[in-house]
Amino acid sequence: MQYKIVCEHISKIYESAGRKLLVLDDISFSVRENEFLVLLGPGGCGKTTLLYIIEGLVKPTTGRVLLDGKEIQGPGVDRGIVFQHFALLPWKTVLENVEFGLKIRGVPKEERIRISKELIEIVGLKGFENYYPHELSGGMQQRVGIARAYASNPEVLLMDEPFGHVDAQTRYYMQKEILRIWEKLKKTVIFVTNNIEEAIYLGDRVIVLSKLPAKIKATFDIELPRPREYTDPDFLKIREEISEQTEFAL
Amino acid sequence: MEKKEERKVKVQVRNLTKYYGKLLVLDNISFNVYDGEFLCVVGPTGCGKTTFLNILSGLIPATSGGIYIDGEPASPYKHNISYVFQLPSCIPWRTVLDNIKFGLEIKGMPKDEIEKRVEKIIKLIGLKDFLNYYPKQLSTSMQQRVAIARAFVTDPDLLLMDEPYGQFDVKLRIYLEDELLRIWEKLKKTVIFVTHNLEEAVYLAERILVLTQKPTHIRSEVNVDLPHPRKVTDPEFVKIRTQITELVKWW
Repeated sequence: MQYKIVCEHISKIYESAGRKLLVLDDISFSVRENEFLVLLGPGGCGKTTLLYIIEGLVKPTTGRVLLDGKEIQGPGVDRGIVFQHFALLPWKTVLENVEFGLKIRGVPKEERIRISKELIEIVGLKGFENYYPHELSGGMQQRVGIARAYASNPEVLLMDEPFGHVDAQTRYYMQKEILRIWEKLKKTVIFVTNNIEEAIYLGDRVIVLSKLPAKIKATFDIELPRPREYTDPDFLKIREEISEQTEFAL
Repeated sequence: MEKKEERKVKVQVRNLTKYYGKLLVLDNISFNVYDGEFLCVVGPTGCGKTTFLNILSGLIPATSGGIYIDGEPASPYKHNISYVFQLPSCIPWRTVLDNIKFGLEIKGMPKDEIEKRVEKIIKLIGLKDFLNYYPKQLSTSMQQRVAIARAFVTDPDLLLMDEPYGQFDVKLRIYLEDELLRIWEKLKKTVIFVTHNLEEAVYLAERILVLTQKPTHIRSEVNVDLPHPRKVTDPEFVKIRTQITELVKWW
């Protein structure tokens, strides 16, 4: 079986003022097509760097990333990304933000508006097409980010702690939403988070990263049927097991 | 800790009401806080939790109603009220040690008394090796610990905390919360801790006040009679957490 994404021996060293900082230490893993994979690690461990390497925004010091068997060379429309801080263009409406990638690629107006409106409806923002980001709540802005990422019909969706900057209640709601959208549109997803509960709620599989320099500490297959319940005894049991493996840094 | 029923009332909030122009935010809120109690207040985003803390600390005035500490109207001249904010609030040009001393210096405390108090708090919070560091040399979690040490060292009548751990991952958060509980148990201070993380509230609190949406009033009060340290996966913990989740489901 060919894997959708393969990371081979990825290491990353950042140099600054003559000092070297090893951030990622020989990380290898594979992702199946349409799998919802979660990378779980403590704050500051380097998991965003790893995601940016898969996205092609950052070059690894050693190792490589394969997408459908071909080595990636840099950013591309085949990988969509949802950022922590939403990263919407503030001077563009919801619709203009979602269609942006399509516009750059020269997709004709009628088609890109159709695609964008469909996605805006799927993420639950029908009626908000002409709103500006500052008129939306955090959760709504992140949904625009998700619609935008799906709009270019990427092969893989990368999500960098997308719910880190919304309040706890909105976060729970967004976790349900992201699964609803994923179950409807499918796609291979690599989702980064520092929240154990969120990782178990969402993932088919959870890879636990150590603190800096990040290494793979453990992998857990989550075989619970969806929708999952945070307070379910099986869920809590897995949460304890994963908690044993997670580190944190002061 | 003394049995709850034997504790006297430290703080009384009476008919606290706040309007911003025509917008009613806090609606006739009344409750007591007991001496040495760890009280958590949970509420939806935008319900006025930060406004509530700002009024308690005297930073902004209430529209009507009042707050009493030891039976007298709360006043920064008479009472020590400490406030830990959501984001670290260390003074950037002071070292860790000088940040912690700051409140005591403002109050004009004699030098040897300051030394004594600071030494006591440093024993309780893991900052011993960082006293001469500047805040920007520390991680965010370390900076928050400095802010907390600074808040406790003034021996406050009331310690207000506004989601100080919101941005940290759960393992780090539990570590910091355990540290906070140790300091609280040792120094026996009265704490009002605001959060919208229900698990955090159940982890910390002796009692939880659940607020409504605007116009905000108290929806319910839940006692958490579990010993510290608590385990988030324990059935008793989960039971209380589920109870609170039901209470806020309609937010």
